[in-house]
Amino acid sequence: MANTDIHLQFQEFEDGQGFTENNQGATTVTIDDPFKSRKQRKATGTAFEEEDSDDKTELLSGQKKSAPFWTFEYYQTLFDVDSHQVKNRIVGSILPWPGKNFAEVYLRSKPDLYGPFWICATLIFAIAISGNISSFLANYGQPKYKYVPDFRKVTMAATAIYSYAWLVPLALWGFLTWRNRKITSLVSYSFMQIVCVYGYSLSIYIPAVILWIIPSEGLRWCSIVVALCLSGSVLVMTFWPAIRDDKPRISIAIISTIVMLHVLLAVGCKTCFFSTYEMDSSKVHNEPLTATNTSSTKAN
Amino acid sequence: TACKFAGLSDISISEDIPVEGDISVPVGSQNPDDDFSTLDEPVKDTILRDLRAVGQKFVHVLYPKKSSALLKDWDLWGPLLLCVTLALMLQGGSADSGEDGRPQFAEVFVIIWFGSVIITLNSKLLGGTISFFQSLCVLGYCILPLTVAMIVCRIILLGALSSVSFVVRLIVVTASFCWSTFASTAFLADSQPANRKALVVYPVFLFYFVISWMILTFSPSP
Repeated sequence: MANTDIHLQFQEFEDGQGFTENNQGATTVTIDDPFKSRKQRKATGTAFEEEDSDDKTELLSGQKKSAPFWTFEYYQTLFDVDSHQVKNRIVGSILPWPGKNFAEVYLRSKPDLYGPFWICATLIFAIAISGNISSFLANYGQPKYKYVPDFRKVTMAATAIYSYAWLVPLALWGFLTWRNRKITSLVSYSFMQIVCVYGYSLSIYIPAVILWIIPSEGLRWCSIVVALCLSGSVLVMTFWPAIRDDKPRISIAIISTIVMLHVLLAVGCKTCFFSTYEMDSSKVHNEPLTATNTSSTKAN
Repeated sequence: TACKFAGLSDISISEDIPVEGDISVPVGSQNPDDDFSTLDEPVKDTILRDLRAVGQKFVHVLYPKKSSALLKDWDLWGPLLLCVTLALMLQGGSADSGEDGRPQFAEVFVIIWFGSVIITLNSKLLGGTISFFQSLCVLGYCILPLTVAMIVCRIILLGALSSVSFVVRLIVVTASFCWSTFASTAFLADSQPANRKALVVYPVFLFYFVISWMILTFSPSP
């Protein structure tokens, strides 16, 4: 009984610190309130800073949940983009700025699968349609030529582009992860980020492919070179910080492999789908035919 | 413990009194006017009712107003009918044309259904509130203007294959492409959050563009 009297006595506190330690409800907040800083940034009104505060609020509120990859929610997090973000990313991949790393500036650890998937799909149909139009225009004056839409091109183009957009990032990611074990570098990318960068870097090819309709070899090679420079520089500027700490031989080898594969894709597409020689186009039509049809084509 | 509520203080139920009685639920099939069970009606009624529903949806597509008839009672008969009609008409009519670059029946079928599924998955992943089959229903029904354009193109191609006929076909196909895209956007766009509408509309645009391309480049074999 006597002990409880002591606890019931009013105790003086020296300063506020003892009070706050005992009372768990009152916390002294020394960091910026995330919602207040978001409003402040919105007042300045630039999209760049809005994305910045969006990321910060998400990280601070702890909403970054990682669902296992076989659930629908995992893929929903990969499609968590707005229209203006996709537009900004596409613009950033078409007009690379020296010093602006695409993955750092635009992706910011929120890679999306919407861009790569639909850019690849658009590119496939653009190649198929432009290839058909260009072969039609190239053979326009000839009376024997009957225009037939070559549907096989769509399947070939689809296989080529989707395997490029998935297998090359897979190989690159595997290689970078393997090197990261030996040499720790400041920048390391996740698989989705690499897929995202590759997907968006293909977006410059869509206008280039549409320009290939015009049957002028000079224009076609010119547009290939321009597209290669732009998208190649996006890739190089993204991956250079990740491998520059490595041995110089290996860094140069990786960069040149990335560029070489990109060149192969562009030149391969042009050769397969846009050949201006009449012999080549008839060969493309005739090769997939079965043996029963060769007699009718030999009569041509 | 004693029961505290005054009105119930005199109720006591012991556990070994069996509860017995007779519960009868009015069964619907005993009522001839009830339409929950359609097993007993003649086949003609069933088919006519479904055809009427399909026809009503065709009218909704041709005059796209903001109505929820397409969304509420979705069905896939209309899309199947349209898809098969379109795929058959893209065949050209001859079994072996010698240059089989044109799309086969299966390819057209797969493109339409696979494309619709991909677009539906895309809109659901972006956070849309529309259900899977509702979206398939809308996308399938909005192929109707393109099927009409295909019929018109076939009729035009019965004449001479000249550049005038190409220009006319181009106008018809472009008009029906715009109609299809506009009709499906009118139904689908409401189910998306406002900042992602463009992301959902673009794949629909691409889908109908590819189908329009197949219709426009169709040329019958002699």
